Amino acid sequence: MTMLDARPTTARLLCGLAGTPADLTTHLSIHGPLPIPSRVSPRWQEAVLYELESAGLTGRGGAGFPSYRKMRPARHSAGPRPVLLVNAMEGEPASGKDQYLLSFAPHLVLDGAELVAMAVGASTVVICVPAERRALIAGLQHALGQRRSLPYGRPNCQVKALPGHYIGGEESALVSAVTGKGSVPKFRPDKSVGLRLGRQPALVHNAETLAHVALIGRHGAHWFRQVGAPDAPGTSLVTISGSVSHPGILEVETGLPLADIVGAAGPVPDVQAVLVGGYGGTWLSGHDLSVPFSPQGLRPVGAAMGAGVLFVLAAGSCGLLETERIARFLAGESAGQCGPCLFGLPAIADDLALMVRGPFQPKDLERLRARCGIVAGRGACGHPDGAVRLVNSALAVFQGDVEYHMQYGPCSGCRLPATTPVPSRPTRKVEPL
Amino acid sequence: MRLQLDPSACDGFGFCMGLLGELVAGDEWGFPIIKGANVPTELEGYAREAARACPRKALQLVPEPA
Repeated sequence: MTMLDARPTTARLLCGLAGTPADLTTHLSIHGPLPIPSRVSPRWQEAVLYELESAGLTGRGGAGFPSYRKMRPARHSAGPRPVLLVNAMEGEPASGKDQYLLSFAPHLVLDGAELVAMAVGASTVVICVPAERRALIAGLQHALGQRRSLPYGRPNCQVKALPGHYIGGEESALVSAVTGKGSVPKFRPDKSVGLRLGRQPALVHNAETLAHVALIGRHGAHWFRQVGAPDAPGTSLVTISGSVSHPGILEVETGLPLADIVGAAGPVPDVQAVLVGGYGGTWLSGHDLSVPFSPQGLRPVGAAMGAGVLFVLAAGSCGLLETERIARFLAGESAGQCGPCLFGLPAIADDLALMVRGPFQPKDLERLRARCGIVAGRGACGHPDGAVRLVNSALAVFQGDVEYHMQYGPCSGCRLPATTPVPSRPTRKVEPL
Repeated sequence: MRLQLDPSACDGFGFCMGLLGELVAGDEWGFPIIKGANVPTELEGYAREAARACPRKALQLVPEPA
């Protein structure tokens, strides 16, 4: 993945990066020191949380939840001190922004992590990274070593290598993995009840989110809100791939028209559709790209910013073939805990395979739609819901192709290889019930 | 009272569908679908029985949220 310097980028997080990892000296020369008092007082902690609340920072990991709303309960919880988990699991195969950020600007993420940890009184920061990203882990450990020279009392920071798979970054799965109980999501009937690591409250924030915290800590909420959409202010990293001449990571102001963002990566002249958010995201037709890249802008078309994934599909490719490939991948990534996900997602992928290869009849389409309706909302986590969202959006955006496939069998696009990136084999072994 | 199903605990034994067919249906793989989570007073006894019968304690009867 490379960083693009084409417009319309607004370099905040990526400011001053020169294609090599920024060491602590470079980092401080780009951004200046993080203002942290020599002694952390409750008044200072409140001020930091107030600033983050005023900034309106939203999570950049996928759910887009207001970040401060997680922090305040952690700070005021009774009992043992909280633990901050930095979520750099980035299980989306088409996303590379967290890895990029942690590789090239590790100190920005670590600044943000330490600031939040000090503001909520956390005892420890655990940076959670997929175990197979060895170079990233080594780079982070090197960066942590450099930070011993910083002039304030830092919380204890450690890097934790965890199993990397699609749902490994789901909050409850992450906490479970750190506890050593296996990287599987937990059923949480009341999401407002905070997660716990043993007896300690666990606070989970995405790596990019924390990098924004590092800049809000320096420049304040007012500065942060100067760019971006009101409902998710600031900039956001996006990963653009597919039929573009410059695939890679881009930092954009939220609220820009999707067409401008995609346009910066050099798309093919005839964009058929764009997959927005991630693999549990939404296909949007190439004609619908005037919508703003913001929560409010994307909601009417059934999409969300998600983890900032944008996959561009050229005209002539078969969107159903790509969707089948992703659906098959998502089926293999089920944690295997919940029946509707374990059995429903492969069944949905089978229906899509039948649609792609034929013969596919109207009754088969009805069955696929019914299965999508039945599976949604019946998992302990949102994994099946994401898969269903993807498939439903494909049935709408590629409706013409669905009809073609029903009438004539495979289309000409089916002869092309599918291009959505998926790991060559399931990264997780599914054990049947 | 409300029905609450922990799908990660459920192994699809299906006793709930038999004991409380008014509120619980089954999908094509034999896993329960909660048709209505709100339990009418006249069905509370059956709902309690269904929850008690669940070998995985996946189905529970919980108070309405305040």
